[in-house]
Amino acid sequence: MSKPIRALINARLLDPATNSDTQGGVLIEKGKILDWGTQITKDTLPDGAKIEDCNGYCLAPGLVDAHAYLCEPGKEHRETMATAGMAAAAGGVTTINAFPATEPVIDDPALVEMVQRRAKNSCAVKVCITGALTKGLLGEEMAEMGLLSEAGVVAVSDGQFAIQNINLMRRALAYSTMFDLPIIVHAEDPALAAGGVITGGRTATFMGLKSVPTCAEAILVERDIRLVKMTGARWHAAHLSTGDALDTMRRAKNDGLNVTAGTAPHYHALNDLELGEYRTFARVSPPLREEEERLAVIEGIKDGTIDIISSQHLPQSADSKRVPFAQAKPGVIGLETMLPVSLRLYHNGDVDLLRLLHTMTVAPAKLLGLEAGAIRKGADADLFLFDTEKPWQVDGDALLSKSKNTAFDGHLLQGRVLKTFVRGKAVFEL
Amino acid sequence: MTNSDPIRFAHRHLLDIARLNATDINQILSLAEHYAEIARTPDKKRDLLRGKTQINLFFENSTRTRTSFELAGKRLGADVINMSVGSSSVKKGETLIDTAMTLNAMHPDVLVIRHGDSGAPHLLAQKVDCAVINGGDGSHEHPTQALLDALTIRRRKGRLEGLIVAICGDIQHSRVARSNIALLNIMGARVRIVGPTTLIPSNAAKMGVEVYNKMSEGLKDADIVMMLRLQTERMQGSFVPSIREYFHFFGLNKEKLSVAKKDALIMHPGPMNRGVEIDSEIADDLNISAISEQVEMGVAVRMACLDLLSREIVE
Repeated sequence: MSKPIRALINARLLDPATNSDTQGGVLIEKGKILDWGTQITKDTLPDGAKIEDCNGYCLAPGLVDAHAYLCEPGKEHRETMATAGMAAAAGGVTTINAFPATEPVIDDPALVEMVQRRAKNSCAVKVCITGALTKGLLGEEMAEMGLLSEAGVVAVSDGQFAIQNINLMRRALAYSTMFDLPIIVHAEDPALAAGGVITGGRTATFMGLKSVPTCAEAILVERDIRLVKMTGARWHAAHLSTGDALDTMRRAKNDGLNVTAGTAPHYHALNDLELGEYRTFARVSPPLREEEERLAVIEGIKDGTIDIISSQHLPQSADSKRVPFAQAKPGVIGLETMLPVSLRLYHNGDVDLLRLLHTMTVAPAKLLGLEAGAIRKGADADLFLFDTEKPWQVDGDALLSKSKNTAFDGHLLQGRVLKTFVRGKAVFEL
Repeated sequence: MTNSDPIRFAHRHLLDIARLNATDINQILSLAEHYAEIARTPDKKRDLLRGKTQINLFFENSTRTRTSFELAGKRLGADVINMSVGSSSVKKGETLIDTAMTLNAMHPDVLVIRHGDSGAPHLLAQKVDCAVINGGDGSHEHPTQALLDALTIRRRKGRLEGLIVAICGDIQHSRVARSNIALLNIMGARVRIVGPTTLIPSNAAKMGVEVYNKMSEGLKDADIVMMLRLQTERMQGSFVPSIREYFHFFGLNKEKLSVAKKDALIMHPGPMNRGVEIDSEIADDLNISAISEQVEMGVAVRMACLDLLSREIVE
């Protein structure tokens, strides 16, 4: 018995892969996209098709979040595959790239299989895995990149830790080329950043907090870019937050190097003034920067120097945030708010909608080598429906993540996800 | 060609393969063939080097190379002295040149030196009056190893020219690889190097080799597969992540070997790390492994080198 064809009609179809923005519909059969385009209307549907009217709202390929921490296994008090899956679905995210800072660390091929199995059983959206770059994320010895790659990891990274030992970084980059694995880096010189909890600048000085100089980012990017030039590796800066580092990226891209850059919504939407009154919930690493750097990040998104916006979703328990600022753990959740916060860039006229979606679909899918991020015949029907205009106020406690450490609690946002489909199945509906 | 029919050798020292030509190499190999035959007879001893003194000066631990040189010298009738770093005044802070001058004052005829620094034999050769043989210097060259490998290949395959030789493993730190690349290129073989990117030197292609990172590609249609030893300190996360990963991607087993020519010959300079770079099922298969023969040819090649370098240079 075959399942009936489903038709999503009367939608504004946004496909950043083909740069198309049209009215039309999508036909779904057995979880796959059977057809899509302007020709799919109420009048052209196959017999027996189950119709869903999108009422003119935007239908786009499901978002691919290139950078998130799922905390399972080992830190389930902060987040689980199940809760992260619900939060992702509510944010229009249909694929999460899970980082390896679990317990144990994903530095062993056997763990990759285990995590994949758990994700399949309990996460509403798709999960791909980034393996550890060094054993135990300790920055001392290369992890088994080859075996991890064969087990299915899509990238390697030490997550929030940058590699201090430049020789190790050199070898890791050289080694990664054999498996065509991108290395995702936390671009912050570890010695300069050590102990710093806020960006160097006026706010830090007044607040009396130990700061990280902004150049810590550019120095590491500059260092790594030179190693990339020597080794020919694929390299991705997870989240850039300063103009100087972006200038270095521009040069590297002009030189034709295989490098890409990401940022997170909090770096284009917030600055260090958020930390007034010692708001630990806005403590992130790298730290929120001064206003001129935030504007430079927007410039980077506009001119394509920044390829990817990812959530940098890092759940932290309330206990680890309700402490004096310097003791608070860095990190914010972001799966649910990545798109709505980033829509500010669209509403402010900084980037058009397709370009903005590109940073959360096509670009991360390309980095990670995934068949995702596009509306394509024959592909899985991973899609989401959203309203670019709907105003709402973020209520941290109402977010679906197990941890509620959002930096946007109380913020007024414009634009919201209405419905999310993974393999044609609705996994979220507002 | 034997010593009763002396033909002079064009070099005073044997410092590296790179400065030899095909004629030099053929001369050594032909003479070594002759010594290989003698070594298989009951009367192995000759008195060609009687009255001559050979000093083996080993700054690095070695069993097989030192023994091989010692045996070669003794079979030719030389007085052989072994000096290893543990018992020498080097431990007391003497420089290489001072050591050389001291030994030189004892009027040796041949000095065999192994040293952890590339170029050490070359420095020694400038300071002493006798012939110097490089028994391995740093990551530079190990010329007698390449010669014994060449002899082994020539005996098994009848030629060197046109053969596809895949040298696999830690090329970066290997003096055996550099000597073999030089020799095989001079003799017209097609040389490939295969290894992880972290163990292949930059600009490797400029040595006249084809570079591969996959065994399945590098071993395709190879006539000879030379495996190199991977040092323990390099397999735990610095150059390669782990032994199991190295063995998975670069360890030679029957499956990886299946893409090579059907009659491909396996070589290894020793000592082998079984389960790291080579599987026992291959190392111990006498039909495909030439590893014991390499050791046998080592003595013969070193006899030929000692013989040639001890001959009077007649202008």
